[in-house]
Amino acid sequence: MKLNFSFVADYLPKFISGLKLTIVLSVWAVIGATLIGILVYWMRTSRFSILKVRPLWVVSTIFIEVMRGTPVLLQILIAFSGFKMMFGWDLSAANAVVLAITLNSSVYVSEIIRAGIQAVDPGQEEAAHCLGMTRMQSMRLVIMPQAIKNILPALGNEFVSIIKGSSMAYVLGVGELTYSAKVVQGATYLSLEPLMVSALFYLVLTFTLGRMVSFAERRMKTCD
Amino acid sequence: MIKVANLNKSFAKNHVLRDISTQVAKGEVVVVIGPSGSGKSTFLRCLNLLETPDSGSILFDGQEITAPKTDVNAIRTRMGMVFQQFNLFPHMTVRENIIVSPIHVKKMSKTDARRKADELLQMVGLSDKADAYPSSLSGGQKQRIAIARALAMEPEVMLFDEPTSALDPEMVCEVLAVMQDLAKNGMTMVVVTHEMGFAREVGDRILFMDEGRILEEGTPEAVFNNPQNPRTIDFLSKVL
Repeated sequence: MKLNFSFVADYLPKFISGLKLTIVLSVWAVIGATLIGILVYWMRTSRFSILKVRPLWVVSTIFIEVMRGTPVLLQILIAFSGFKMMFGWDLSAANAVVLAITLNSSVYVSEIIRAGIQAVDPGQEEAAHCLGMTRMQSMRLVIMPQAIKNILPALGNEFVSIIKGSSMAYVLGVGELTYSAKVVQGATYLSLEPLMVSALFYLVLTFTLGRMVSFAERRMKTCD
Repeated sequence: MIKVANLNKSFAKNHVLRDISTQVAKGEVVVVIGPSGSGKSTFLRCLNLLETPDSGSILFDGQEITAPKTDVNAIRTRMGMVFQQFNLFPHMTVRENIIVSPIHVKKMSKTDARRKADELLQMVGLSDKADAYPSSLSGGQKQRIAIARALAMEPEVMLFDEPTSALDPEMVCEVLAVMQDLAKNGMTMVVVTHEMGFAREVGDRILFMDEGRILEEGTPEAVFNNPQNPRTIDFLSKVL
């Protein structure tokens, strides 16, 4: 097998622009997923009920099951075709991808938040209550500052999987990193090498992020 | 000050408290002893509603606190609680642990809260640890801070749930000394403990509990020197 990487110099700008878009898509998706993840967590744990039914719990549970039980690729395609039909707005391919990945990932983020909060010793909440704090106060002053140390590293890992997931944007022709590889494939008639270059870019991205996460993790451990 | 009548509590099929009735007078130190699993801690946790009783009543200063309309948080500010596992807030310094509730719950000013915290730290002999984090303290120090934290809310009653059971033997003393001081200064206290020496010396009244019932109740002299119930006799023969 002989590999030919002489195209890289000519097509580097193509890969770089793909990389930029991959980062932009992922950053928006991770921000969106965090916000909606908080909302989903809040709905899931709300005690608000009408006639013994907790509507927010029901809605969020259905949402979670659907998002976890269907493929992300399909969700992206559905977001793209479905949005216009349902709401009448034209959603650009890139926005459809961000929307689908945001919603999908929010389910996992809500789970990360739940696990992070549950990992805080229940004695902490008891102590807070014994000092007269309300539920909100104990959450804000006692539970969250500790839970955040469990949540942030896990959120970093979710960011990594969002970056990888964003490669599916290529099916809608969004010019991100995987799509760049396909374009270069077409232009150079090389089948394997452009894919490998893209893979390397992904690896650099996820590896760097992974290091940053473990650095942050170590930093947080030292301050207890 | 606290009057408990026919208190019952079950966890699933486990009937932990059976018809507990007793009272605690102002300034009194009540020590609850008994074997593990006898319901001592559950009884204590019912007093400040960390556990909701299934039936029965708890009158605190004449107010029925098991009533559904009770402001539980307001009641809790009047009862301090000290746990076996300390439950200090690990992300706050010692001083922050002590002032957080006075500031946020009692709306005390920061200066007043800090002054109060300094007084309390001096009382428990840990003034030099004000800016330390709990993880750097020994068990005995943690528990003394936990006591100071509870006192910062100026409670009328202090509840102690096996405050020395998680401590190394040599640290038990320093915690008991703080509790003894409190008792001397007239604090109303309910203490669940296995420290029989403390019970005998500091307690005004001993409750012996087993299998969810109060089997014997009386002055330390009466309970320790002349127990009536065969279970009490058996228990004391094993621990003394």
